[in-house]
Amino acid sequence: MTFTSQLIQYLLTGLTLGSIYALVALGFTMIYSATGIINLAQGEFVMLGGLIMVFCTLVLKIPMVLGFLVTLVMVTAVGALFERLAIHPLKNASLITLIIITLAGSILFRGVAMFLWGKDPYMLPPFGSHQPIQIWGAVLQPQTLWVLSITVLVVAGITFFFKRTLMGKAMTACAFNPMAARLVGINVRKMVLISFGVSAALGAIAGIIITPITLMEYDRGPLLALKGFSAAVLGGLGSPLGSIAAGFLIGLLESLGAGFVSSGYKDAIALFVLLLVLWVKPSGLFGSREESELKKF
Amino acid sequence: MKKMDRIALFFLALAIGVFPWGVGGNQYFISLLVFLGLNAIATMGLSLLMGYAGQISLGHAAFFGVGAYSSGILTTQYGLPPLLAFFVGIFLSALIALVVGKPTLRLKGHYMAVATLGIGEILYIVFNEVAPLTGGPSGLSGIPPLAVGGVAIEGTSFLYLVWGVAFLLLVFSLNVINSRVGRALRAVHGSERAANAMGVDAARYKLQVFVLSAVYASMAGSLYAHFVSFISPNAFGLMFSILLLMMVVVGGTQTIWGALLGTGILTLLPEYLRGLEDFEMMVYGAILLSVLLFMPQGVLEGIRRIGTRRKGQVA
Repeated sequence: MTFTSQLIQYLLTGLTLGSIYALVALGFTMIYSATGIINLAQGEFVMLGGLIMVFCTLVLKIPMVLGFLVTLVMVTAVGALFERLAIHPLKNASLITLIIITLAGSILFRGVAMFLWGKDPYMLPPFGSHQPIQIWGAVLQPQTLWVLSITVLVVAGITFFFKRTLMGKAMTACAFNPMAARLVGINVRKMVLISFGVSAALGAIAGIIITPITLMEYDRGPLLALKGFSAAVLGGLGSPLGSIAAGFLIGLLESLGAGFVSSGYKDAIALFVLLLVLWVKPSGLFGSREESELKKF
Repeated sequence: MKKMDRIALFFLALAIGVFPWGVGGNQYFISLLVFLGLNAIATMGLSLLMGYAGQISLGHAAFFGVGAYSSGILTTQYGLPPLLAFFVGIFLSALIALVVGKPTLRLKGHYMAVATLGIGEILYIVFNEVAPLTGGPSGLSGIPPLAVGGVAIEGTSFLYLVWGVAFLLLVFSLNVINSRVGRALRAVHGSERAANAMGVDAARYKLQVFVLSAVYASMAGSLYAHFVSFISPNAFGLMFSILLLMMVVVGGTQTIWGALLGTGILTLLPEYLRGLEDFEMMVYGAILLSVLLFMPQGVLEGIRRIGTRRKGQVA
């Protein structure tokens, strides 16, 4: 394989991976923005999205579009329930306790998934054609195009949501200052619930679109959460666009690192970059230092 | 240290002392208590860091691993005496903690959690990748048990060794907590700015506690290596870091006894649940979640509150 085709291959893989990390990071950022909480069960939403879709398509044998919607609804419901039952009662607890609660939640979700689906990885058929496409010597799976285009759609949708809709602006207001938001009549409780629901939906979408390429098993969550979280912090916690950009950046770094440096250390490369950013500019690439000083964490 | 601490120490020592006799030398129960002791050593350090200094570490399993691999590698591949390997492990852990601690401890809350998470993961990857040294994912085997004068320390005698070390560290920790240093730590936990204004060098104390907690973890790791004689990177990953963190939080971050209680609960609980097979992880998660929801201050505090309420006093 020539250098150019290798490079293109790695870039494509990087963009695919990056889409998933971007979506997970976006989920983290949404919840953080509305509540100040880091939801370490975010990875599990991705896992549930993939596995429930598998159940819909392969067991219930319903058409993919319908399955997509059913899965979204179900995972969103899981996210909302999680917020109501586990997060809302303890909103005044300390940071450590909240982090641990989301960790406990992730263990519970994983336990349920293991109970329902076992430990085997599951496959989804690609959305469109099965034929790999050749581009300049690199092999491209059509599913990658699906991943990228759906991600772009979701990103556009979320940006529109935050910038143009009243609810999105209300959520941003909650991020800046929940007390002030309450004072102007924003129902912060509802915003929190919605943020969890939407984050869960984002995770589910990520899970559904990636399963045809990488399969899905019950314990994929934690590593995805770690990388997605790294991306969210890298992009500046609370900045949706930052999360997306950083997600792609980490995906690309990981892919290029795996290809050109060493596949064993690829995770370490992305993590090291994260640490570097944290040590030099914790507010992230796109966050502002003053803003992060003002925020709770 | 306080009188309650002394009483608690006495009863704990008594319990550990009679335990092997009580279970009739059953090796399963004895190993269980050994693991409890090892975990307790690690969580004691974490409790000092989290409860008293108010910092979070999501990567402590890595220091445990550094201790384990130091002992493992130096005693198998280089034939060094275990005691020397033990101290090399401590030195390495302290060094790593010092180097990464300095920039990391400047970060707040979530950022610090992520940074320690990242550090833990990087070390985990290193354990996996430096195969010629660590044996990679297949692990390192043939680690000799500790021995005194040719007699191997195993089973019950190892139990006493581990808990002997645990006791020494517990006494040391309690003394630190009740000393000027402990009060300085709590001042830092309350408000770094206020502490600094009062002349307490917050950054220095935080770093010292961080390094100390890494050393505790390393000691536990070294002992672990000699006990199980086979180690692999899987034992030192994110899951174990989270478990250690959970032990401290579930038991209660306020006191070191909370960490011990939490360690006891989370070491023994999986054993009880083992019979449930497929249900195990689900029930484990559900129990954890319930404990956190109903006793967010930890089980120790929760029990104390039930006790005071019964007496009719205002909690």
